[in-house]
Amino acid sequence: MKLHNYTLRYLSVALLAIISIWAVIFYFDMMDEVNDSIEEGLENYKELIIQRISEDSTLLHETAFAESNYVIRPTTQKHAKKHKDVYQDTAIYIISEKEMEPFRMLTTVFKLKDDEYYELKIVSSVIEEDDLMEGLFYSLIWLYVIILASVYIVNSILLRRIWNPFYDVLKKLKDFKPGESIQVEPIATKIQEFRELNKTVDELTDRVNKTYISQKQFIENAAHELQTPLAIGINKLELLAEKQTLGEQDLNEVSSVLDNLQRLTRLNKTLLLLSRIENAQFTPSEEVNLTEVIKRNVELFEDFAAFRGINIVLNAEKELFKTMNPDLAEILVSNLIKNAIVHNINEGKVDIAIGSNSFFISNTGKDAALDKAQLFNRFYRQNTEASGTGLGMAIVKAIADNYSITIDYHFDGLHHIKVSL
Amino acid sequence: MKVLIIEDEVELRHVIGESLLRENFVVEYARDFNAALEKSTSYDYDCILLDIGLPGGSGLDILRTLKKENKMSNVIIISAKDSLDDKLEGLDLGADDYLPKPFHVAELNARIRSVLRRKSFDGGNTASLGNLTLNFLDRTVAVEQMDLVLNRKEFDTLAYFMMNKNRLVNKNSLAEHVWGDYIDRVDDFEFIYSQIKNLRKKLKYSNASVEIQAVYGVGYKMTEV
Repeated sequence: MKLHNYTLRYLSVALLAIISIWAVIFYFDMMDEVNDSIEEGLENYKELIIQRISEDSTLLHETAFAESNYVIRPTTQKHAKKHKDVYQDTAIYIISEKEMEPFRMLTTVFKLKDDEYYELKIVSSVIEEDDLMEGLFYSLIWLYVIILASVYIVNSILLRRIWNPFYDVLKKLKDFKPGESIQVEPIATKIQEFRELNKTVDELTDRVNKTYISQKQFIENAAHELQTPLAIGINKLELLAEKQTLGEQDLNEVSSVLDNLQRLTRLNKTLLLLSRIENAQFTPSEEVNLTEVIKRNVELFEDFAAFRGINIVLNAEKELFKTMNPDLAEILVSNLIKNAIVHNINEGKVDIAIGSNSFFISNTGKDAALDKAQLFNRFYRQNTEASGTGLGMAIVKAIADNYSITIDYHFDGLHHIKVSL
Repeated sequence: MKVLIIEDEVELRHVIGESLLRENFVVEYARDFNAALEKSTSYDYDCILLDIGLPGGSGLDILRTLKKENKMSNVIIISAKDSLDDKLEGLDLGADDYLPKPFHVAELNARIRSVLRRKSFDGGNTASLGNLTLNFLDRTVAVEQMDLVLNRKEFDTLAYFMMNKNRLVNKNSLAEHVWGDYIDRVDDFEFIYSQIKNLRKKLKYSNASVEIQAVYGVGYKMTEV
């Protein structure tokens, strides 16, 4: 959920609660005010009526709420003595509306002459609560909607303007690749938090870069430094093996040491290669004809396969092209084909088919599926006897990732690798 | 044939030297930048093996000086830094080949031989052992003027042996040379046996007076019978 919508969501709930509570308070407050003012009017009216009655006694005959809004009826002194002015709500049938409408009624008592006591009831039309509530409700709904809309609009504009630096920093972080120097364009903002964020991000990426570069250099230096001692070891043993003085057993020992030095060399080279691929140091790309690369590698490996009685069947009717570094294309294909042969059974088979946008390698082998999650891990081996580097598939994955190639594996008695470009 | 080895690592310098002495080369050494510069500009060599990382300077600067003074002999860069940039720059500066460390002595021999062959004018495109003659340029093999037909890999294998006559050729080295750079990820070189067997058969049928011997576990050696 975007920040924008997030604030809006909370605001909408909060506003609803605030407006509802406010509406209740407002309603009662207003009703109170209205009643007050009506009661003042009634009080005033009472004074007027009493004054007029003393001048014109015919008014005393208003005994029902007809065209006038008061009634007068005589009462006893006893009743009058304990009576106080009473305001109450009542309802009166209104002809024009053809229904009962709410009224406020003042009941009071006055004395005209010495012993004549009268009771006076005056009514005044009040606001219809239903109508008021309804009106209030709709106004509030409108208010709510308008506030939300303005919050949304203001938020959009504000967010875009105020949060722009934030999104710039975010983009910078998204584009950040360790080891790559990012264009340091200072993000212009007056907001202190963003300035600090930007500064922190810059410092952080700088630190990551430095660590990354030093680590990368360490790996490369270590690998390079190993080359010379390896060269000395291998070459010395090769010269030693040439000497006629060694017996068969000694030669076998020398051979075994040599093989292990070779393995170390391969491991070293492969680690260097992996680090280079991951650093995307193989930049020059060109249109590579993968069908040709596959054909060439099949030819290269066929002696090796034939030695173990493995039959390679290549179905290469389609031409498959991919823009990538040609060396990496070669390494990708050779690793996959090599794997299909190495992890095969004697007298097994390897089927290679080329589709319009992918190629497939299927091979016989161990009668169980490989662990997909670990397949591309460094130093993952199916069996510990193999003297491979354990980096072949990691290299395949690294190359694939570089060029957004996907590699799928599944097992149905045969091991299937699908490479989709 | 005179070869100058420019290499700061004493052990490596000597082991390369020892190998080249067995090829009957005259070998000279330089261990740092100044010695290398002095020797390479003062004397003529048939081939210079040049390390790039030297105490006192870069091997690439030696190449630049040689190029400027027009003293370019056959230079093979041997570098621990298998970097594409160095390789391209070195070759651009006039080096003939680039061999990343670690390498096999047989591979170094082959590189030196082919560099020398390319630069020689007197039909240096052939090599012979016993009654076997191999033409590198035409890619043909003859036993006493009778053509011997070989496929590409068999020819490359034989050529590699011809460049390492009487020398032990490591099986790893042979595999990398003939089957390419990526074969080094194939862990099992036993398949070479069957390849050698075929080659031996062909040599025997054509009565070639050479023999490919297996050296226990390590590799092979081609000698005249």
